[in-house]
Amino acid sequence: MIAANLPALQVVLPLLSAPLCVLLGRGRAAWLLATVVSWLALAIAAALLRQVLAQGAVHYAFGDWAAPWGIEYVVDGTAAFVLLIVAGIAATVFPYSLLSVEKEVDPERQALFYAAMLLCLAGLLGIVITGDAFNLFVLLEISALSTYTLVSLGQDRRALTAAYQYLILGTIGATFILIGVGLLYMLTGTLNMADLAERIEGLHQSRTLQTAFAFLVVGIGLKLALFPMHLWLPNAYTYAPSAVSALLSATATKVAVYVLLRFLFTIFGTWFSFSDMNVDWILIPLALVATFSMSLVAIFQNNVKRMLAYSSVAQVAYMTLGIGIVTVTGLTAALLHLFNHALIKGALFLALGAVFYRIGSVQLDRMQGIAREMPWTMAAFVLAALSLIGVPMTVGFVSKWYLILAALEKGWWLVVVLILITSLMAVVYLWRVIEAAYFRPRPADREAVSEAPWGLLLPTWVLALANLYLGIDTDLSVGVAGEAAQRLMGLGP
Amino acid sequence: MNWVGLYNYWIVIFLMMTGFYIVVSQGNLVKKLVGLNLFQTSVFIQYISMGKMPGGTAPIESSAPAVYSNPLPHVLILTAIVVGVATTALGLALAVRIKQAYGTVEEDRIREEDRNV
Repeated sequence: MIAANLPALQVVLPLLSAPLCVLLGRGRAAWLLATVVSWLALAIAAALLRQVLAQGAVHYAFGDWAAPWGIEYVVDGTAAFVLLIVAGIAATVFPYSLLSVEKEVDPERQALFYAAMLLCLAGLLGIVITGDAFNLFVLLEISALSTYTLVSLGQDRRALTAAYQYLILGTIGATFILIGVGLLYMLTGTLNMADLAERIEGLHQSRTLQTAFAFLVVGIGLKLALFPMHLWLPNAYTYAPSAVSALLSATATKVAVYVLLRFLFTIFGTWFSFSDMNVDWILIPLALVATFSMSLVAIFQNNVKRMLAYSSVAQVAYMTLGIGIVTVTGLTAALLHLFNHALIKGALFLALGAVFYRIGSVQLDRMQGIAREMPWTMAAFVLAALSLIGVPMTVGFVSKWYLILAALEKGWWLVVVLILITSLMAVVYLWRVIEAAYFRPRPADREAVSEAPWGLLLPTWVLALANLYLGIDTDLSVGVAGEAAQRLMGLGP
Repeated sequence: MNWVGLYNYWIVIFLMMTGFYIVVSQGNLVKKLVGLNLFQTSVFIQYISMGKMPGGTAPIESSAPAVYSNPLPHVLILTAIVVGVATTALGLALAVRIKQAYGTVEEDRIREEDRNV
């Protein structure tokens, strides 16, 4: 009974717990509920992955309405993989948020904060699991609206303007997606993704289809911060509360990358997307410019959260580069980096949140010498930083290795060189943080601080160690990503 | 090509571009939201137009054969309207909070305030 309804529970559980959080009204009770729900979501995601690995894609008809008419939830390898990382990040960020939120959010707003976090989680999980194009838009807006609220809860008043800017650009992106879905419906009379894919097949020359494609790619591009449509991202990540920055950076853009994969490969099909519309001609140059320019901008940031935000735009570009290469290896690299970058950025932002908890700032000059007083926090930061650079034995190395392999298969030497150069640029900006924290003396007039409390350290280290563990034992991630990539390219079983 | 017969789509395009232009060009946060609303409304009309059949009636089952309008786009757009209302409400709430924090809802003055700090 429960096992058959897992796909529905995955989304409905966090969605219904959100109003419960508001009813509970008190910060700690709401936190407890949210944390338990996030763990249940992780357990469901893991169970779904096992089901998919054992018996192939799981189809779930909502309310028993058969597929093209009713809303269908579909969990295939790709979806199960992304569900696992989204739920996994949530299950580490939610326990972490107790202390962090008590410090950063007004007491009377805390229950609402957890409600918004749960709505955001429900939306993100729903986007991944749904097999219906319009349902995807609705869930996208559920997660987006709760995200704007979460960003605006930051302490700095610039959080408000950041949230506003995000709202405007996010809504334009979502409306573009709505227009695209509408045009597809006009053309085919269906909203079910599998049904759409079938009916689009004979319509490749249709102007309506081409317009829909353009609207969808631009709309999704805004959501995933595809350079140069990334302008909302740096401010939103910088001024949001620490827990929110960690959750967003690790999940929101990743889910948007997943949506791009779904539309390009599953719905429009490889042939239409890349041979008729040549979308790779846009994705690859933009990705290359983005990795280079955004890494360069990151070097000159003095606010570490902002530095990591720009680095996120660069890292998302690695994923679109992998998609643009359009080979099984390229897609494997994109999916792997989606998974791995979530672990890396999650750990980095959680470590920064712990620093912020103690000294109330993440400015480079305020972080001088902090490693002596908070050795465990900064050690986790360094571990995740090594992973971001792509040092062997970490997850960052695995995904960059596959990305370089994919470029080599194509014989694109310049791209390989550029990937290596941008990795070196990551060394430069992360070194600035490490130098300030480890090699500068703590100014005498600063008050002494102690190590971050366990409630913050434990989740941070769980993610940091996941970077190490999954970097050494790559069977799970590479196996699932490789199989998912084959299926997306239409080669797999 | 029947240009005049497609007049509702011309309205859609006109509204969409007007709304988009207002969002981009206006510096006032509330006016930006008005533009955003126009932009979204155009999509509502697009969806409603596509469900319309010439001479179609409401889709109510009856013994006499009749042409029905497609109700699905209408239902879809009801959902999108709800989303639009929520977005507008949230946007206005943010504008109120920005007014409290900065004392203005003009974009250039907000930027100036941030630079001074």
